[in-house]
Amino acid sequence: MSPVDLAIIGAGPAGMSAAIAARQVGLRVLVVDEQPQPGGQIFRAIGRADASRLHVLGHDYAKGAELVSAFQGCGAEYLPGALLWNVEREGAGPLLLDVSTSSGSRRIPAANLLVATGAVERPVPVPGWTLPGVTTAGALQIMLKAHGSVAEGAVLAGAGPLLLLLAQQMVAAGAPPRAVVEIGPANRLGRALPHLAGPLRGWRYLAKGAKLLATIRRAGVPIHKGAGGFEILGEAAARGVRFTSGGKVVEIATEHVALHMGVVPNQQLTRMLRCEHDWHPSQQAFVPRIEATCATTEPGVYVAGDGGGIGGAAAAALQGRFVALTIALHAGRDVPASELAALRAALARDRAVRPFLEALYAPAEEVLAPADTTVICRCEEVTAGTIRASLKDGAPGPNQLKAFLRCGMGPCQGRTCGPAVSALVARARGISEGEAGYFRIRPPLKPLPLSELAAIAEE
Amino acid sequence: MFKRLQTSPAGPMDRDATQGLTFSMDGHLIDARHGDTVAAALMIAGVTSLRDTPVSGSPRGPFCLMGSCFDCLVEIDGIPNRQACMVEVTEGMTVRRQAGAALLGVATAAPAAAGQAEQTA
Amino acid sequence: MTLRPDPAAMADLLVIGGGLHGCATALAAARRGLSVTLLEKDTIARHASGSNAGGLRRLNRHPAELELSHLSMRLWRRIDQITGHDCGFQQAPQIRVAESAEDMNRLEGRAALVRELGYSNEVMLTEREMRAHLPAVAEHCCGALASFDDGFAHPHGTTLAFAQAARRAGVRALEGQAVSDLAWSGSAWHVASGERVYLARRILNAAGAWGGAIAAMIGDHAPVEPIAPMMLVTSRLPAFCKAVVGAAGRPLSFKQMPNGTVVIGGARLGRAEPAHNRTDLRMAELARSAATATEIFPIMRSAVIVRAWSGIEGRMPDQIPVMGAALSAPNAFHSFGFSAHGFQLGPAAGEVMAALIDTGASPIPLDAFSIARFAHGAPSIPNQGEIP
Repeated sequence: MSPVDLAIIGAGPAGMSAAIAARQVGLRVLVVDEQPQPGGQIFRAIGRADASRLHVLGHDYAKGAELVSAFQGCGAEYLPGALLWNVEREGAGPLLLDVSTSSGSRRIPAANLLVATGAVERPVPVPGWTLPGVTTAGALQIMLKAHGSVAEGAVLAGAGPLLLLLAQQMVAAGAPPRAVVEIGPANRLGRALPHLAGPLRGWRYLAKGAKLLATIRRAGVPIHKGAGGFEILGEAAARGVRFTSGGKVVEIATEHVALHMGVVPNQQLTRMLRCEHDWHPSQQAFVPRIEATCATTEPGVYVAGDGGGIGGAAAAALQGRFVALTIALHAGRDVPASELAALRAALARDRAVRPFLEALYAPAEEVLAPADTTVICRCEEVTAGTIRASLKDGAPGPNQLKAFLRCGMGPCQGRTCGPAVSALVARARGISEGEAGYFRIRPPLKPLPLSELAAIAEE
Repeated sequence: MFKRLQTSPAGPMDRDATQGLTFSMDGHLIDARHGDTVAAALMIAGVTSLRDTPVSGSPRGPFCLMGSCFDCLVEIDGIPNRQACMVEVTEGMTVRRQAGAALLGVATAAPAAAGQAEQTA
Repeated sequence: MTLRPDPAAMADLLVIGGGLHGCATALAAARRGLSVTLLEKDTIARHASGSNAGGLRRLNRHPAELELSHLSMRLWRRIDQITGHDCGFQQAPQIRVAESAEDMNRLEGRAALVRELGYSNEVMLTEREMRAHLPAVAEHCCGALASFDDGFAHPHGTTLAFAQAARRAGVRALEGQAVSDLAWSGSAWHVASGERVYLARRILNAAGAWGGAIAAMIGDHAPVEPIAPMMLVTSRLPAFCKAVVGAAGRPLSFKQMPNGTVVIGGARLGRAEPAHNRTDLRMAELARSAATATEIFPIMRSAVIVRAWSGIEGRMPDQIPVMGAALSAPNAFHSFGFSAHGFQLGPAAGEVMAALIDTGASPIPLDAFSIARFAHGAPSIPNQGEIP
């Protein structure tokens, strides 16, 4: 089987835009995505959205329909419900992708690989966060997008634009949250304003945010600022939250708690591929090291979208198009330099607001350094205290903690606890997360049936 | 509790959007809609806990709904360790709560075998 | 600029390599009253010692290793006294199943050989006896060879326990110190690492897959091949197997841990790049381990792989280690090349090498492991042995 020119992992805005652009210049394109329909998480299930759902979710979501439509018509080979679980290379040959579908695993050669697997929620370890009824804010958005369903009387807690957006969507859906709880310093805006160095975008963003807040307030949703000591109450399931705000202890009864403290690049695949990553203090996240061309440190591997640094859907689409055309150019296709320049300029403009947003929504310290009894590794139920004790005993970093305590060895393979463990190591040793390091990620990218691996041996 | 949004009569709509499906969860019948994942259908039906953890037997429910956290593991049609948020409901599906380590479905009866060894020794 | 070494800081012994063999020897030497420095180029247990399958077997060892292996097993049984840590040690049968009459013959030959050598721990099991110990084993398996008091332990934890015990005994164990050069001055070894030079009266090459390079610095020759044996681990399953299982006719190492996860190895090799501390897995090869495991334990068909990995081991052409005094320079010793089955030997190798280094005599014969067997002009390079 001859290699595809470009294999794209992820059918979100970056992946779809890359596919469309690559097809426009005649490349052979394969798109692999785990979900049954294109859109990624941001435009999830947009193909099934009716008018009432689009109204609830808002204009930014509805915009995705056009992109999905263009993707579906672009002529890329599209494998939905498929999982890339391993990548190998024999010498100087093409990349060999092991892809699992409902009919078993196949090995697909590709000249270039674009990782467009987007972002994941930053873990928000607070006491009680493992109780049934506690989800991420993104999960409640997925309920709205993919299932037209809204949680009633929910408490949204954390920080970040998604929190307010979700609150507004729930108001539009007729189920306003019982409260929004902003965890962290009360004067977030004050700290962030110095980063608003002129770009008009920033002011437009602020105005948008103010409008969101107004809508939420008008619906009678209490917004608690500067909350600390946040915990979720309950035994067999979540029954409420407790925190301090404005010098008082507040307790709110609820069965639905949605946590959110920003999103970070999904680094599972780039790490499995052995790409170098750097710690970005401004984003408080590890980001794969990429060139201006979006090439990672591994030959033939590129990143576009939030996976290369949080930038949002519009930037993801621009970047997807840019990297596809760049790959095409290197493959000898005719790509006008002006188009690439225009994309680069658009990306730069879009990026200008980022320092402000990053400062505005910086994760709260209490979540980065949780109390000892807080579970950090949800799969293996390893607490912050256990991790700290092991660090004190001399464990140098995340991989040793993994070997001794099993944190990161459960089915989620460190996806949820990875950033939290690095943050704990950094704080315990008084170093940066970059020096602390991260879990070593090995294949399979997600748990794979043993029988499926065994079947490969018969070929 | 979750409530479903009213669907509009006009506009792009999955023909089967309101068509009901039924599946069973630990012997109880649950209503779902075409396109629901098992996790979503269970949450909407008010089932909060999908499994007990192998380490401490603590109850867990869906957390991320995007296939990342692996907390929503259930047994579906006899196969354990399936992410409920990644599997779409089909008519007549059988879902079971997962208790601790997933059951393999074979009575290996290790303690009985040890007894047998004592007899043959 | 190279920093000038302080003669007052001269150690009696400098150990190169912070894997199990280096740490165990350092501990034993310190307990004999020697001052010890240990240099590890990355972190303790970073390579083979932290990534092997953790099996402890006397079963099916090369005859040359049996005495060392039996000695080591006695030490494993009191590993908590030796290191202050239980190291995850569990007694468990090691069982090698036969899948054919030919396999059974081979196992019977092995059992006879071991008895002739004076050991009674490797015993044949009939099919019925095998099924009593392995109720989940496949229909077609017809018998086995077993060593009941073997076991397994936690490789990374064990190595770290030895390192910590060594430090408590006064060993100066330093990480991030790759040895770049060695020179014998006539009265001391000068061991260079970056800007630093360490002085020692004696040195030990316990550098694993990198042992050949260190040997060359000493002037000795040993054809160590860096290999990357691959392993995988599943999610938790209810307890169904208490033994560590191998197969007579094909590579397999199968073990269910106390927490229910199953570790499957089997000497299938990925690609090792020791210069970059890197291994690449080859799934088409690992698939063969997976196939063997599901054929011998059919209930594993619904098991789910959570992780696959590989460390870097040093393999000798004859599958037995290099141990003993160096050939080409005085006051230098070797303990490397354990060919992917050195974990069980670690505790005893440490004591034996420490005795040799301290007194000049080893409590057990080490001739079979001498580096002399690879010297240029040696009668013949030993043949490739069977991978157990």
